[in-house]
Amino acid sequence: MINFNKTSRYYGDYCALKDISFRVKPKEFVSIVGRSGAGKTTLLKLLLKEEKASSGEILVDGKNIDEIKEKDVPNYRRKIGSIFQDFKLLPNKTAYENIAFAMEAGGRTDEEIAEDVPQILNLVELADKADNFPYQMSGGEKQRVAIGRALVHKPDILMADEPTGNLDPLHTWDIIRLLCRINELGTTVLLATHDREIVNALGRRVISLDRGQLIRDEEKGRYIV
Amino acid sequence: MFEGFKRIFKWGLKNFWRNGWLSTATVSIMSLTLLVITVLLMLNVVANVILEELENKIDISVYFKLDTSETDILKVKDQLEKLEEVNSITYVSQEDALVKFKERHKDNPILLQSLDELDVNPLEASLNIKAKETSQYASINQFLESVYYQEIIDKVNYMQNKDVIEKLNKIVTDVKAGGLILTLLLALIVFLVTFNAIRLAIYSSREEINIMRLVGAKNWFIRGPFLVEGVLYGVIGTVVSLLVLYPVFYFLSPKLSGFLPIEDIFGYFQDNLLAFFFLLLAVGIILGGFSSWFAVRKYLRR
Ligand SMILES: Nc1ncnc2c1ncn2[C@@H]1O[C@H](COP(=O)(O)OP(=O)(O)O)[C@@H](O)[C@H]1O
Ligand SMILES: [Mg+2]
Repeated sequence: MINFNKTSRYYGDYCALKDISFRVKPKEFVSIVGRSGAGKTTLLKLLLKEEKASSGEILVDGKNIDEIKEKDVPNYRRKIGSIFQDFKLLPNKTAYENIAFAMEAGGRTDEEIAEDVPQILNLVELADKADNFPYQMSGGEKQRVAIGRALVHKPDILMADEPTGNLDPLHTWDIIRLLCRINELGTTVLLATHDREIVNALGRRVISLDRGQLIRDEEKGRYIV
Repeated sequence: MFEGFKRIFKWGLKNFWRNGWLSTATVSIMSLTLLVITVLLMLNVVANVILEELENKIDISVYFKLDTSETDILKVKDQLEKLEEVNSITYVSQEDALVKFKERHKDNPILLQSLDELDVNPLEASLNIKAKETSQYASINQFLESVYYQEIIDKVNYMQNKDVIEKLNKIVTDVKAGGLILTLLLALIVFLVTFNAIRLAIYSSREEINIMRLVGAKNWFIRGPFLVEGVLYGVIGTVVSLLVLYPVFYFLSPKLSGFLPIEDIFGYFQDNLLAFFFLLLAVGIILGGFSSWFAVRKYLRR
């Protein structure tokens, strides 16, 4: 469903990604690993159309994402749920509102929102924090709100960029378990991380990047530097 | 569509409320701007009244030789009234002139006595002419100098007052032009201050705007609430500035009426309160809305 074909990305002369090629099948759980600066974030940004590839192509469901028109980008992004190390919650909105806003943005009706948001909050086990603002929640709770928000449009793909980077070990495993659960429910998960323990414990496919190059791609891989 | 509007209003109001101090600061600046605009408008009104008052004090008088008959004088008056430039003419007959003279010199018995000893009235009849514009006295004077009137006219006091009239005329035009420039300049400054205050407020939301884009919000849905906030600054700013100015004019008005020719500034303000309200509302809403719209645009492009 995702197909990177000799994709490169340059920042000026600096090469952040070089000739990256790989495919991801539906319902896969893929970890993208590598040291800081290896190009993991860049790769995810390309997929989300936040950045443009300098050369090569990226196909999603067989369609070149470069050909998506500006006005259809919001629709495209709704197919991909994304979460980040810094959560990217709207600071002025409660947990409930952060999720509801994403649904409103997707043009869902008030009835749908009133029905779905509590369900999502239950799924991420935050029903009792619905009215808390981000500054009133722990890092793990914030990340769970972000995951809940990423799920509102029932995305085919969930991409997580170092989602546990700011969390203590306990919360880290909460989040990883939640991602696995979501994957079991049928969503493709792309997890970018440099956390060796997580990757080794997962025992799923691992794509390793080093200085912008894809150096290893293994089923049931391990984190090897 | 309606649901979209409802949501935009909901978020606009919520953001305004939750941004507490930032909204307060922005509303304060907006209020100050509208306050300055109102004061500038009032100053213009007062200045215009003063100038008008000054202009009203100017006239030229035509004195007729003692043996001129009243019908001849009234004929001249008729002629003058046909002139484009003439605003009003008052006829002062010889008798009127005498009464006025006696009134003016009632503390000077010697002068009055010597006047009584004369058999004839030595005072000349005159026409007091007011032009529509100060600059028009020259051409009225020119008209009076035409040969036809030379026989009956003794003198026109234009020549004596020429310098004063011309000076005043220059002051009036200068003050009007200077006032206009000053008003526009000050208005521009306060507009820019508000514009930048709103831009700063939205600058603090740039990350939020980015997140909304990431969540897949369309541009109008991101911009809408900011627009509502901007308009709200204008609406509340209008109310605040009028609430501040109302008592200010109320207490200041009696103190000012002493040395300003306009008697009742507060009365004027009160009479035009509704007009001021709608004018400020329009200025505030356009200024707030435009600033927001423009500021958000920067973070939507990319
Ligand atoms: N906007 C940018 N301009 C210039 N260089 C960038 C930019 N974004 C990322 N880079 C560079 O690209 C490389 C890869 O970055 P990134 O994808 O963020 O790495 P990772 O997420 O694996 O830590 C880094 O060396 C980074 O400095
Ligand atoms: Mg990164």
